[in-house]
Amino acid sequence: MGNTSSMLTQYDIEEVQQHCNNAFSQQEIVSLYERFCQLDRNGGGFVSGEEFLSVPEFAVNPLSQRLLRMLDGLNFKEFVAFLSAFSPRATVQQKIEFIFKVYDSDGNGKVTFNDMLDVLHDLTGQFISEQQREQVLTKVLEEAGYNKESLLVMSDFVKILGSSGLKMEVEVPVD
Amino acid sequence: MSSGKGGELIPSSSELDLDRPNIEDYLPSGSSIHEPLGKLRLCDLLDISPTLTEAAGAIVDDSFTRCFKSNPPEPWNWNVYLFPLWCCGVVIRYLILFPVRVIVLTVGWIIFLSCFIPVHLLLKGHDKLQKNMERALVELICSFFVASWTGVINYHGPRPSMRPKQVFVANHTSMIDFIILEQMSSFAVIMQKHPGWVGLLQSTILESVGCIWFNRTEAKDRETVTKKLREHSQGVDNNPLLIFPEGTCVNNQYSVMFKKGAFELGCTICPIAIKYNKIFVDAFWNSRKQSFTMHLLQLMTSWAVVCDVWYLEPQNLRPDETPIEFAERVRDIISVRAGLKKVPWDGYLKYSRPSPKHREQKQQSFAESVLRRLEEN
Repeated sequence: MGNTSSMLTQYDIEEVQQHCNNAFSQQEIVSLYERFCQLDRNGGGFVSGEEFLSVPEFAVNPLSQRLLRMLDGLNFKEFVAFLSAFSPRATVQQKIEFIFKVYDSDGNGKVTFNDMLDVLHDLTGQFISEQQREQVLTKVLEEAGYNKESLLVMSDFVKILGSSGLKMEVEVPVD
Repeated sequence: MSSGKGGELIPSSSELDLDRPNIEDYLPSGSSIHEPLGKLRLCDLLDISPTLTEAAGAIVDDSFTRCFKSNPPEPWNWNVYLFPLWCCGVVIRYLILFPVRVIVLTVGWIIFLSCFIPVHLLLKGHDKLQKNMERALVELICSFFVASWTGVINYHGPRPSMRPKQVFVANHTSMIDFIILEQMSSFAVIMQKHPGWVGLLQSTILESVGCIWFNRTEAKDRETVTKKLREHSQGVDNNPLLIFPEGTCVNNQYSVMFKKGAFELGCTICPIAIKYNKIFVDAFWNSRKQSFTMHLLQLMTSWAVVCDVWYLEPQNLRPDETPIEFAERVRDIISVRAGLKKVPWDGYLKYSRPSPKHREQKQQSFAESVLRRLEEN
């Protein structure tokens, strides 16, 4: 692996820290850089989908493909920014924004019925039929005051998820 | 025993499914995606944070990658006084020790070949004599190898007497594990067939002690190998089998799951634990980073290879145990003795993806909880 931390200067670390809005401490950024280099086996400066999928714990996750679309080709700075939603210092708003981005696959700021159906499909696989999924989703949408044609935006997500006590934190191991 | 190529991922074959007991017992407690509590609401469906957290956790740190990370000892040569000392050390190691070791090894090979070739060719009729002599010669060349790294090996525990229907299993750090064990007593090892000069040695000399080859990339190979294993273990005059159930080299700080093949042969299992002392050299062969030749050269230019070998109490399959449970029990015994942390992953995941079974289990448990909560009104 080589001397990874000596390849990151204090200046680089501060730049990354700013880019992620101080979500991580400088030590955590150094650890994340070591991890990034460990994952980036061919040294291309970014971690490819294949390299992420070589982590078995990630490959068995139902949302891995969806996340890969967001992760593919990120350089280190963007990688840290991606993970910043999972920092203990991130706000609930930032976490909800992340979740919104996972749903909003075309990035137009609106989550459709089909977007939600797709994520539900990823999470339940073949164990619920397509029809049942639609039924369940329609039912809970209507109970919450929306319907099949509703286009949810960020503020809707905040309203729905804001009060449910989101636990979305990851600890970065620091030597 | 791992082969040299790294980074190529082939689709996982179904045989991997058979080797994994309750992995859910080991995975982090976020495995169940939702706790079933009351009526299903929109926020329950939209809240994917537990799954996302698991994914992010795996990105940041995961137990599988940790098993194969080379952890070199902390560099101690970083100040004005120690650095010249370290330089002297380098000079001694490369310019004095290394040539001496190469000479020792060459002498060893000359003696070995000049005895082995005649024995192999001339004693064709006298099977028993030939076998015994070849065994002794292989033990000899292994001792020469160990001497060429200045191996200091402490053997502990009563060496089990050689009986039929006995299989030895050990944790695996490098191909030198085999050499270290072979110098004390002849084993028939089951190894991955390698290319290059190692492969040549495998097909000629190691063949004579009854070693068995397999090819990890061939799916059908597994049945053939299981058959060969069974035949060999039943044979009376064969060398005892030595199997590394992890199936790949691990960094001597962790142990990955044991494959059950060795444990369903109906034989007594004699566990062997091997622990290397990293102060002198890190003996982990990271097959993704270096070839075996480079690895040997690295060992020959270090001060010494120091390790402890423990022969542990022979174990038998208990009446209420499955072979997989037996394998895990033996892994536990070896890991405790060698101070290794256990991880719930199959070593072959180095070369292929996990089976979809695990993702499906998560999906199934979430689907069931959704349907269940839907009915609660």
